[in-house]
Amino acid sequence: MTHNLILRVVSKSLIPLIILFALYVQFHGDFGPGGGFQAGVIMSAGIILYALVFGLDAAEQVIQPPLLRILASIGVVIYAGVGIVSLFFGGNYLNYSVLADNQVAGQHLGILLVELGVGITVFSVMLIIYFSFAGRSRP
Amino acid sequence: MMQGHTSLLLVVLPLIFAPITAVLPRGRLTWLATMAVTSICAVLAGMQLMMVIDGGVISYELGGWAPPWGIEYRIDSLNAFMALIVAIIAAVTLPYALLSVEKEIPERQVPLFYSAFLLCFTGLLGITQTGDIFNLFVFLEISSLSSYALISLGRRRQALTSAYQYLIMGTIGATFFLIGVGLIYSETGTLNMMDLAARLPGVADLRTTQTGFAFIMIGFALKLALFPLHLWLPNAYAYAPSVITVFLAATATKVALYVMLRVLYTIFPEGVVAATPTGDLFILSGMFGIISASVYAVYQANVKRLLAYSSVAQIGYMALGIGLGSATSVMASIVHLFNHALMKGALFMAVGALIYRIGSSRVENIRGLGRQMPWTFGAIIIGGLSLIGVPGTAGFISKWYLVLAALEQQIWLVVAVILAGSLIAVVYVGKVIEALYYKPPVEDNISVKEAPMLLLLPTWALVLANVYFGLDTGLSVGMAEHAVETLGIIAK
Repeated sequence: MTHNLILRVVSKSLIPLIILFALYVQFHGDFGPGGGFQAGVIMSAGIILYALVFGLDAAEQVIQPPLLRILASIGVVIYAGVGIVSLFFGGNYLNYSVLADNQVAGQHLGILLVELGVGITVFSVMLIIYFSFAGRSRP
Repeated sequence: MMQGHTSLLLVVLPLIFAPITAVLPRGRLTWLATMAVTSICAVLAGMQLMMVIDGGVISYELGGWAPPWGIEYRIDSLNAFMALIVAIIAAVTLPYALLSVEKEIPERQVPLFYSAFLLCFTGLLGITQTGDIFNLFVFLEISSLSSYALISLGRRRQALTSAYQYLIMGTIGATFFLIGVGLIYSETGTLNMMDLAARLPGVADLRTTQTGFAFIMIGFALKLALFPLHLWLPNAYAYAPSVITVFLAATATKVALYVMLRVLYTIFPEGVVAATPTGDLFILSGMFGIISASVYAVYQANVKRLLAYSSVAQIGYMALGIGLGSATSVMASIVHLFNHALMKGALFMAVGALIYRIGSSRVENIRGLGRQMPWTFGAIIIGGLSLIGVPGTAGFISKWYLVLAALEQQIWLVVAVILAGSLIAVVYVGKVIEALYYKPPVEDNISVKEAPMLLLLPTWALVLANVYFGLDTGLSVGMAEHAVETLGIIAK
């Protein structure tokens, strides 16, 4: 994949936009369509595009596989942890209303954090799956 | 409030520790974390059972959303008993796991192994805790997916194909369950079990409801490995790592049976179930399962496969109990569920100890080992006696109640089948004992020593439990009676 000039130029300019759009879907998810799952998939699609055009080794330098495993775990811990935090504030598990001074702000904060956890995990698991399948052809 | 948090932590604690275990450094730390979580969960499950006995049903609203809109955990004596079985078995399996896993799983995969184990544990506990039928499906998938991964970690290459086989069958089962839930949701508009129980009588005559019922039953019959839908089970149990065979044999099918009871007696009104041939089908499949799986077991060359076929036969006994449908028979089913967890746990652990020493569980390779590994051999003898149903062991109690229930209704054929099943069990248990004790040892095995203490202690804990619950039935039968009362089954 050394001479595909058009592919390289186009994807180089597209990848930042894909990542930006993923962040929009992530953080605007509580007002419009979207959320953590979709954002994670879009974000990982950006990296997978990079890996397809510039090669697996280059992509693994951007995000190292050991880091992905940690990120995947962190996402789940964020989700489950938000639930535990609401226990400490005196509510039931995952009751976001107690997280802030008023209920609406609490619900808002809670869903934002939970979706962030979902986004991180989906992003890293998609990449782990891609890397482990794409890496099979390596000598 | 505190009551509910206990029930919740039982599910959330292993859920949080599963990803943490996955990133812990290699070494024994991952085992230690898993061990701590399962022990704490066993204590919590015990506390939960006490609270249910003292204070009645526990209801916990997740996220503070009131049922039927939000997800509700609803614990009565049946779930509390089930959760205790799952948690205790996990807590007993973990000390056993340390050496067995170090021997059988590549070091690189050990953290992921324990992580998947905790996820499977979460899923099974979640199924027992939840009062929402869709939430139940989610937990079913969590436990199933992680158990496919765990089974595929077995040392032989056949582990991969048997895990794949289980994946296909398990997914069909879960899909059937989901289709059934969808059909019932379309008629009632609710997913909460108590709400379903209140609304289903109104729509019981509709074809959609009845189709939904059939889909749910078939789906869980697949997960339960009810004859003739058991084909995935022997391979999955035979080729899984020893620890996973112990854990799944003692918990996974039991939890599936719990869901069956829940669907039959809590969710669907008496009329719907009685109008279908469900009871007769359970009896039929139970009888064929007992005889044919026991006969298959006799002809197996691998002890793990032999015990797996015996599991299919034991599931047949539990199905008989459900099929007869009286208070005594359902109680016998629940008691047998508990006792079978104890005996198969003990037997698979003992066989795992053989595998730990010689790396095989084939009948021709274990010849003569009984003399060199007396404690392991003793565990197999007592576990085997319990499997046959000899008085003084746990297996006797449940078969006794089952025969009693069949006599109550004067169905002589069922009585004959139960006794015949026990006789065939004598043959296949005898086959293992003959190989272990009466055959001359294989030359390679002459220097084999007794299994290490860490494997023997958990094995013997379960073996002694088999004897204890054969003599004192206060907990097992008492809890089962309590549970049958909760389910509201009237004596026929």
